[in-house]
Amino acid sequence: MSDIAIRAQELSKRYRISTRLPYKALRDTITDGIYAPFRAMRYLVARKPQAGQESSPGTDGGFVWALRDVSFEVKQGEAVGIIGRNGVGKTTLLKVLSRVTEPTRGWAEVRGRVGSLLEVGAGFHPELTGRENVHFNGAILGMTRRELSRKFNEIVAFAELERFIDTPVKRYSSGMYMRLAFAVAAHLDPEILLVDEVLAVGDASFQKRCLGKMGEVAAGGRTVLFVSHNMPAITRLCQRTILLDAGCVVLDGPSPEVVSTYLQSGIGTTAAREWPDLAKAPGDDVVRLRAVRLVTPQGAIKRTVNIQETIGVQIEYEIMTPGRRLSPVIVCYNEEGVCLFASGIASRDALYGQDPSFVGKRVATCWIPGNFLAEGTMTFTVSVNAILGGNYAHTVERDAVQVQVVDPVDAESVRGLYGGTVAGVVRPMLRWTTESDQPPSGCSLGEQNEKGAEGLGPL
Amino acid sequence: MPLVVIRPRSRWVPINLRGMWEHRELLYFLTWRDVKIRYKQTVLGIAWVVLQPLLTMTVFSIFFGLLARVPSDNVPYPLFAFCGLLPWQLFSRALTDASMSLVEHERVITKIYFPRLLVPISAVLASLVDFGVAFVLMIGMLFLYHVRLTAAAFTLPLFLLLAVVTASGIAFWLSALAVQYRDVRYVLGFLTQIWLFATPVAYPSSLVPARWRPYYGLNPLAGVVEGFRWALLGKGQPPGPMLWVSVGVVVFIFIGGLLYFRRMESTFADVI
Repeated sequence: MSDIAIRAQELSKRYRISTRLPYKALRDTITDGIYAPFRAMRYLVARKPQAGQESSPGTDGGFVWALRDVSFEVKQGEAVGIIGRNGVGKTTLLKVLSRVTEPTRGWAEVRGRVGSLLEVGAGFHPELTGRENVHFNGAILGMTRRELSRKFNEIVAFAELERFIDTPVKRYSSGMYMRLAFAVAAHLDPEILLVDEVLAVGDASFQKRCLGKMGEVAAGGRTVLFVSHNMPAITRLCQRTILLDAGCVVLDGPSPEVVSTYLQSGIGTTAAREWPDLAKAPGDDVVRLRAVRLVTPQGAIKRTVNIQETIGVQIEYEIMTPGRRLSPVIVCYNEEGVCLFASGIASRDALYGQDPSFVGKRVATCWIPGNFLAEGTMTFTVSVNAILGGNYAHTVERDAVQVQVVDPVDAESVRGLYGGTVAGVVRPMLRWTTESDQPPSGCSLGEQNEKGAEGLGPL
Repeated sequence: MPLVVIRPRSRWVPINLRGMWEHRELLYFLTWRDVKIRYKQTVLGIAWVVLQPLLTMTVFSIFFGLLARVPSDNVPYPLFAFCGLLPWQLFSRALTDASMSLVEHERVITKIYFPRLLVPISAVLASLVDFGVAFVLMIGMLFLYHVRLTAAAFTLPLFLLLAVVTASGIAFWLSALAVQYRDVRYVLGFLTQIWLFATPVAYPSSLVPARWRPYYGLNPLAGVVEGFRWALLGKGQPPGPMLWVSVGVVVFIFIGGLLYFRRMESTFADVI
């Protein structure tokens, strides 16, 4: 009984959605009040539904249920992941548990001090210095003054901002800002920690550090509720995961199981999708997709890839009716939905181009070279098309898989050591040739360098 | 370990003094942050706190005291005006800052739990800092005009408390309303202007016939300002029916504000 940290029983949360202005003005309320009796009379006479109460699917009059009868129990020291598509109520659940908002129905019991990381840097004011913001942010997250002064140096060291701690935060770069904000949050010491996708922001090294810290916290016996889209992080940090859909708990069990259910059911997009059941696999009588995976040259499934690495889109499909020339095709989109390129094998591969396809399984992999894609999330739509007589798609699986392309700044990629934003939807490593005039008389640049090197000598 | 039960609350909610006490350090930080932000990157900085009443006093002295010949209870008009301006500035500053305080803290309110009541309270406390500085100037003026303090000066803290309670009460109402209705911001400017003239800052309440004075006390600030003057200058109206009416109104507004705020508090994060 007493080792339950969080118990939720039929938690439900309803939001009112209005089609009018989000801000009410007293003027509107007053005029509403004046007209209300007339409207009521009209309703009585005409028997038409009142405005704002026409039901639309999924809503309840002018309301939407963000959470519906969510019940679960979390023991002390458990790390539980919460996954689901965007908009299913994950953040709302955390908000209700951290008392930011109130449930409409149901109740929850929470034992222990709660620290919630719903957003990193909440309460930071641009005019105040880093030091002042750390104090305020820490206080609002629940740290006492004594705790803050004790941990202050640790926090600044974790953020690596010793030099800049007394400059106003508005002068910080966004990376510095995030590091400082996360450093404060990371040093919270509550019994229960609620984390909401704070790891979705920041660059790759920041994300790595956040994950590391989260791992420490989870291993340290704290109860953690972790909302994320980052499946590897979830399976690494949490033994148990809850899957939400449309505000309800769909599945609650060991992480690997729940995560793979999420991936297979197609309500999430990630690096591998499989359809083990031929009858349910996408396609028609001619060809059906069995699996789509993002792989390394060694065959391992990759969710995140270094920009310099080759990544393969592996398509496994089964041909059931022979005699057609078929080609798997991939189309690559970036985060903004811009189509970067499409590629199919018909033209290049001799085998596929000449013979009509025969019955059986095929595995085709499209290799995308390193130093070609830009950083970000790349989504692939996969289809199997008939080659002759136009481009007829037997099966199309949109947004089948997704890969995160990252560029650690280590001088080998196009970016090199440059830390800022690089433009472009693709980032190919291209060859440059340069020419210049003769260097001024005296010495050439090469000689200058040598002289400099001589000056250094053995240190 | 603390056990918290989260459930939908009924309409009238208790004040949660315990929760506020637990978060008392946050109140300190909120106030400190408010004060810091006010004066960062300003040239005049804290001098503005002194300049504002001084300049208003000068303008009043010229137009009301000198030209319009408004009586001032046998007290030199500048002193009279400044003494009234002191609590008035506290009140109007507290009101302006506190009304939009919740809306300005939107990011924090939608992400982190803490007793929301601390936000308008901290805005009121932050204006006390300004008051302190202006008060030092007041002492200077008392010396300048050779005013001797009477025993009435001991009641000054009570009147100060009354001013703070008035400001807080109205702040609770307005800050809670501002979350839902954004025109509070526009109403506020107008409201403070009208209120200044309805309050005996530029003129003494003795202008109001004795019969009507208790009704005049319905403006809670009437009692506060006159009380301040009486405590500091020893002249003017001693506490009377007007003051008691004011106190009654203040208590009513304060408790009403608290209850209204607590009732609406659960909707802040959803509506703001």
